[in-house]
Amino acid sequence: MSNKNLKHYIYGIADNALILGQRLSELCGHGPTLETDIALTNIALDLLGQTRSYYQYIANLSTENTSEDDVAFLRKEREYRNVLLVEQPNTDFAYIITRQYFFDVFHFMLLNKLQKSKDVNLVAIANKSIKEVGYHKQFSGDWLKRLGDGTEESHEKAKQAVNDLWVFTDELFHSSNNDHQVIESGYGVDPNSFKEEYYKTVSSLLEEATLQVPETKYFQKGGKEGIHSEHMGYILAEMQYMQRTYPDMKW
Amino acid sequence: MKKDWPLWEVFVRSKNGLEHRHFGSLHAPDAEMAIKNARDVYTRRKEGVSIWVVESKHIKASNPDDNAEMFDPADDKAYRHPTFYDLPDDVEHM
Repeated sequence: MSNKNLKHYIYGIADNALILGQRLSELCGHGPTLETDIALTNIALDLLGQTRSYYQYIANLSTENTSEDDVAFLRKEREYRNVLLVEQPNTDFAYIITRQYFFDVFHFMLLNKLQKSKDVNLVAIANKSIKEVGYHKQFSGDWLKRLGDGTEESHEKAKQAVNDLWVFTDELFHSSNNDHQVIESGYGVDPNSFKEEYYKTVSSLLEEATLQVPETKYFQKGGKEGIHSEHMGYILAEMQYMQRTYPDMKW
Repeated sequence: MKKDWPLWEVFVRSKNGLEHRHFGSLHAPDAEMAIKNARDVYTRRKEGVSIWVVESKHIKASNPDDNAEMFDPADDKAYRHPTFYDLPDDVEHM
C-alpha cells in the first residue's frame, strides 16, 4: 500500500465531510428556526471534527512537513476530491435536508464498511464517526418525511429538491484507479458493494414521504476527479481566505 | 414557519438515578422533532441520558394571584422540613 494512494483515497472521504461541513456552517445564525439552526450547526461541527481526524492522519502519512491546516486550506480546487452533491448551495430548507439525507445514507453505509478496514486509523475514525452520522441520517430522514408528507408547499419544495439533487447521487459510488488499489488491498471500501442497498433505502424513504423516485438515467460526475461545479470556487474563496491572506496564522 | 409550530417543555434526566428536570422550552412541529430539537439544543454538551417533552399547552399552572392562599401559610412551619434527622452518608440525592 503506497502512502500516495492511501492519501488519495482518504481525501475522497474527508473532502466530502469538509465541504458539506463548510456548506452547513454557512447556516450558522441563518437557519430557518433557532432549533434547526443549532441542529444543522451541530452536524457541521461533527463533520468538521471528522475531517480533522482524517487530515491529521494524512499529515502523518506525508513525508514533507505538512499540517492538517495545510491540507484543509492550501490545496487548489482541482485537488479536492469531494463529490458534486456536497457543494450544492443551500437553496432552501428542502434542498439542505435532501442533500443531507442523500449524503447521510451513503456516509453511514460507507463508515459501516470502513470499520472493517485493515487500516487501524481508519477503523478508529469510522468507529467514532458512525454514531454521529447515525444521528445525521435520522435527523435528515425524519425531516424529509415531514417535508414530503407535509403541506402542499413543503411537498412541492421537497419534490423539486429531490429531482434536482438526484443526478448527483450516482457519483457517490465512483472510485478512481488509485482508489481501486486501496480497495483491493483491504484498506478501502468498494462503495458499489452497498449501492443497491443505498438506492433501496433512499427509495423506500421517498415513498414514505409521498415523493416520487426520479427515473432519470443521466447522472452528474466530476468532483471526485477534481472537476467541480461553479459553486466550488466560492466555497474555497471563503474557506481559504484567512490562511491565504495571513499564511500560517493560528488562533 | 416557526409561528406555526407549537411550544414544548423539555425535561432532561442528567444521569440515571436522578429525576427529569425542566431544562427549558422550544418550538417543534411534533413530539418526535421536539425530542430531536431538545437533543441538539440542550444535550449537545453531554448534559443528559433521557429526554421528555410535553406540549406547553398541556401544563396547568397555578395562578400568581392566589399565591397568598397557596404558599404563605407554609411560612411559619419550618418544622415540616425533614432537617431534624441525621441522614446516613449512603443516601444520595436528598
